[in-house]
Amino acid sequence: MFGYVTRRVLSAIPIALIAVTACFFILRLAPGGPFDGERALPPVTLANLRAHYNLDLPLIQQYFIYVGRLLQGDFGPSMVYNDFTVAEMIWIGLPFTLMLGFSAFIIGTVVGLVAGALSAVNQNKWPDYMLVFLVMIGLVVPNFLMAALMQLVFGVYLDWFPAGGWRNGSIAHLVLPVTVLVLPHAGRTARLMRGSMIEVLGTNYVRTAKSKGLGQRLILARHAIKPALLPVVSYLGPGLSYLLTGSLVVEQVFALPGIGKYFIGAALNRDYGLVLGTTILYMFIILAVNLLVDILYAWLDPKVRYR
Amino acid sequence: MAGITGKDAVLTEYARKLETLDAPKGRSLTQDAMRRLVRNKAALVSIFVVLFIVLFAFVGPYFLPWTYDKIDWSGIRKPPNFEAGHFAGTDQNGRDMLARIMQGTQMSLIVAGVATLVSVFIGVCYGAIAGYFGGKVDAVMMRFVDIMYALPYILFVIILVVIFGRNPVLLFVGIGCLEWLTMARIVRGQTLSIKEREFVEAAKAGGAKPWTIIFRHIVPNLTGPVVIYATLTIPEIILTESFLSYLGLGVQEPQTSLGTLISFGSPVAETLPWMLIGPAVVLVSLLLCLTYIGDGLRDALDPKDR
Repeated sequence: MFGYVTRRVLSAIPIALIAVTACFFILRLAPGGPFDGERALPPVTLANLRAHYNLDLPLIQQYFIYVGRLLQGDFGPSMVYNDFTVAEMIWIGLPFTLMLGFSAFIIGTVVGLVAGALSAVNQNKWPDYMLVFLVMIGLVVPNFLMAALMQLVFGVYLDWFPAGGWRNGSIAHLVLPVTVLVLPHAGRTARLMRGSMIEVLGTNYVRTAKSKGLGQRLILARHAIKPALLPVVSYLGPGLSYLLTGSLVVEQVFALPGIGKYFIGAALNRDYGLVLGTTILYMFIILAVNLLVDILYAWLDPKVRYR
Repeated sequence: MAGITGKDAVLTEYARKLETLDAPKGRSLTQDAMRRLVRNKAALVSIFVVLFIVLFAFVGPYFLPWTYDKIDWSGIRKPPNFEAGHFAGTDQNGRDMLARIMQGTQMSLIVAGVATLVSVFIGVCYGAIAGYFGGKVDAVMMRFVDIMYALPYILFVIILVVIFGRNPVLLFVGIGCLEWLTMARIVRGQTLSIKEREFVEAAKAGGAKPWTIIFRHIVPNLTGPVVIYATLTIPEIILTESFLSYLGLGVQEPQTSLGTLISFGSPVAETLPWMLIGPAVVLVSLLLCLTYIGDGLRDALDPKDR
């Protein structure tokens, strides 16, 4: 197990490097630049600005400067928000986005697992049909539409929760955004869990356990849950990435102070530093979660460990 | 040298017999699958709904008194009014909502079609090549897919859209270029088992080149899973497109798409509800039906779950 973990961690490093490189060059090969404003700047000012941000150097040299600074934890300056470094900008928005994303991730995963397992155990009875229908709703209603509907129904008509904004950490402001994020994630998780659970419940070893006279609960707890979790666990990585990107929209609809607002603006304004910094940080988070998921997978499935 | 062993005579006799005899009607695998699909009520209904939506989007505009970009100065922000020909009301600029919904649906469907084709093309080629050659090639190619999986792909779409400007064609291609990962994985898995089959061996023995084997012998045998997964890709692409349009990065005015319509409708949903309800109903029913069709096709074509 230790060897497996070490191998996994080591193999994540080149992936991170490749990802950083890809981001850097895709962004830099795009036409336009951060200083193409409504009003053209005087050539001297422009040249000075470009020199200040090293934009006048050859691209490959800029790349090495950027990576060198990145290794020291320096994301460089923001090119549009003049008074801020990228790290400061990220520090303003990211903790909130992460809080939102991870709370939805945890709630959604738990709800999805329980719903999927319940649905599989009661296959083709009314709780199953209800859950399958709810899951379908969670899957097909896009998050921006769900957000608008939630806002309208629970925020305006019923007035149970605030329809938007964020007043220094009240939980009530988080209920609707988190719900919107939870629904599709829980839906996907439940769908996977239901499918794999039904498959596991049909296997020979579960039948053997049943014929031995084991109770339903013991069969589930000891024999069925662990193998049924496998496909769900491998979905968790992509799932988190969906959630974090989904929060871009949710933050916008509910006027929440996350990183999403800055990211879209930064991409449109070619604020290279901010876009790169945010994307890279997102990637690192997702890579880290994938790593955890892989380790979890190895714990669940011994076959993976000894390959 | 015909007839020297008497084999030809026997075979000719047999062939003649087959021609005159009423051979029992066999059922092909496709017919079997079709029968199962038709028996699946949800999928069958969904097929009709999707066909209706397609007709609605592409033929509907010819039956309306208004076009999607025509401004009716006497009907701005008006609820549905049958006398004026605004069957679903008008928006803040006095444009007919029904015409706009039709145009938006058209755009979403076109995006979905083109992007799905692009993603199927890339996914099938990539997966088949990785699966067929195996070994190091496979390891490297699939590692790349794993890396791509780990990236927050919407961020890439946003960057791509920003790079290419708001050109709808590039939008289609860009989405397609990022949606092929799962397809590649599925195709690779299938290829791994197909390449061990006898007909591939026969082709190899006959001196066929690897590319010929891949595209003449393996790819046609992938049709089932590819069709299933492509059907499931369409709703995802429609979602991605509407997501981008919602953020203001997609289709530009006066053209519109379902996502754009919803993004304009949702802030004013309290006072002008018809601006949100129409596009929302079309989008959700389209996505719901496509998902049901995909599931139905999978149940029909994939014998494992029965």
